[in-house]
Order: sequence, then structure tokens, then C-alpha cells
Amino acid sequence: MTGPAYEPAIQGERIALVDLLDRVLAGGVIISGDVTLSIAEVDLVTISLRALVTSISGLVEAMDESRENS
Amino acid sequence: MRADGGWVWMYGVAGDDPETFADDVSGVGGARPRAVTAAGLTAIVGDVDDREYGAVALRRNLEDLDWLGRTARAHHAVLEAVAGRGPVVPMRLATLFSSDAGVSGTLRERADDFREALSLISARSEWGVKAYAIKAADKVADPGLPATGPGAAYLQRRRAQLTASKDARAEALASAQAVYAELGRLAASARLYPPQAPDLAGQSAPMVLNAAYLVADERAREFTAAVAELAAMHRFVRLALTGPWPAYSFAGEGNGPGPQ
Repeated sequence: MTGPAYEPAIQGERIALVDLLDRVLAGGVIISGDVTLSIAEVDLVTISLRALVTSISGLVEAMDESRENS
Repeated sequence: MRADGGWVWMYGVAGDDPETFADDVSGVGGARPRAVTAAGLTAIVGDVDDREYGAVALRRNLEDLDWLGRTARAHHAVLEAVAGRGPVVPMRLATLFSSDAGVSGTLRERADDFREALSLISARSEWGVKAYAIKAADKVADPGLPATGPGAAYLQRRRAQLTASKDARAEALASAQAVYAELGRLAASARLYPPQAPDLAGQSAPMVLNAAYLVADERAREFTAAVAELAAMHRFVRLALTGPWPAYSFAGEGNGPGPQ
């Protein structure tokens, strides 16, 4: 490998959606908002992860490959 | 829902210093954020439409990656603007109330928790550090050899590749642990997220570390320098640094990702 194996943070650069979703879907304070929405809130992570997974093609192949290598 | 058919989107909670409040950004649904105060705390909220953010629509929209991405970025833009001026405790995405009264009620009920979280993140920022295993195949691949072929030579080569791949992966995992521990010494707190799937992360290399650190602002330079140093030391991983972030991963006891 050549060059530094390091990506510096650049202020103002558009952040990766996947890094942001890690944080806004699995971080932050959980408080129960309104009763009607608390159901949606509980399922939020599941729903959104499904959206992520189904929208990215080739994920299954990538996972198979990493299993084979492990 | 409110009389006008809308909902109150809650971004986060700040202290009572009006200087920290930012209304010069466009928030979720395009609305400017506003403040709801109670118990000496300020909730940063915004008004959103029932057609897009009501329970039924929200459930559907959360499955739409474009909508989710847009909404997450708008949520983040508001929190980032506030975090640039003072500590703010972020709410998880899609925390909605039917009225300001619900918001101020929550501020009063959870005042102690919010104050504790604010004091933890005060003058500190979150940084992300990810490590990717550098593929062994990159090191051992011989472009002169056919990808498939009969006979013992192929099998031998394949075994060597697999062994090298296993060794490199073990090295990468060991490096990831060392990096995680070393950076933890410079941080007030650390959390692990599950590694991102290679395609989601837009990387072909497997991720072996996805960590978040809460670092004192006065040590930020030292922290980023340490990441660069560790990157040079560990040749089986590639490190990526992100941040500073609002303290999403350190917003409260028992919240955020747990240890792996």
C-alpha cells in the first residue's frame, strides 16, 4: 500500500449518509412523543434499515463474499 | 395533532442561554426551527405537516431512502447549527409531538436527565473513527495467473490466498482493537457502532471498526493527530475520521449504541 491510509475530516464536506444514519437512527435521546406516533417510533430503526438494505443492490453478494473470506 | 393539522418535530435540547439557539437554518420540511422553553431548558423544535409526518405517512416515508436521507440531513443541519454555539442534546430522528405543551411537559419530566446529558457533552464534541481491513488479495494477488484453473497448482494458490486473507483479517481486527483502545485514552467516552456493510459504506474493503468518541474540544487537535499517527502505524487497516459531530452517540445514559 502506498500513501497514508488515512482520510482526514474536511470541514464542510458533505457527510456520508450512512454515517449520519448510524447516529440519527441509533443515537440521540429516545423519548416517547405522542401516543399515535410511539408505534412508528419503536419500529423506526427496523423500517429505516429495511429501506437501506432494499435500496442497495449487491449487498447480499458482498455479505456472501465477506463470509467466505472470514 | 394540532388544530392546524401539523406536528411538532423535536430536534434536541439545549440550556437556557438564548445565544445557543439558531433559527438561521432550514429544518425538516423546510420550516425554521423555533424554541420551546420550560424548566430552564430550551427544546429546539419545528412545525411539520401531517400529510408528510403523520403516523401513517411517516411509516411509509421512512422506507423511502431519498426521503429518509433528506430528513436526516435536515435534522442534522439544525443540530449542527445549534451545536456550533453551545451544547445540545440530540433527539433520535422522528421525535414528534402533537403540541408545544407535549414538548414542555417532556422538558419538565426529564429535566434532570437533560441537564446531566448537557453537562456531559459541554465543551466536548463527537468524533467518528472507522477502520477498514486492507484486503489480503491486494497483497498476494498475482495478475499473471488465471482466475480459475484445474489442478494442484490452483488449489495451492487458492489455499495460500485464503491463509493470507485470514492472517490479514486477524491483523486488521487486532489493529482495530488497538486503535479503539488507544484513542479511548484521549476521550471522555467511547461507543461502538456495528460495522457498516461494505456496499452501504461505499467501500469494497470490510469495515472492522466503527467507533464514536466524545472528546474535549481543547483536545480535538491531539485526538486528530493521534488518528493520523495510528493510521501510519497500522498497515493492515485504513482509518477514516469524521467529525466533529453533535453528540448523537453520547446523548444519554443507556441510549446510543451499546458495546458490540
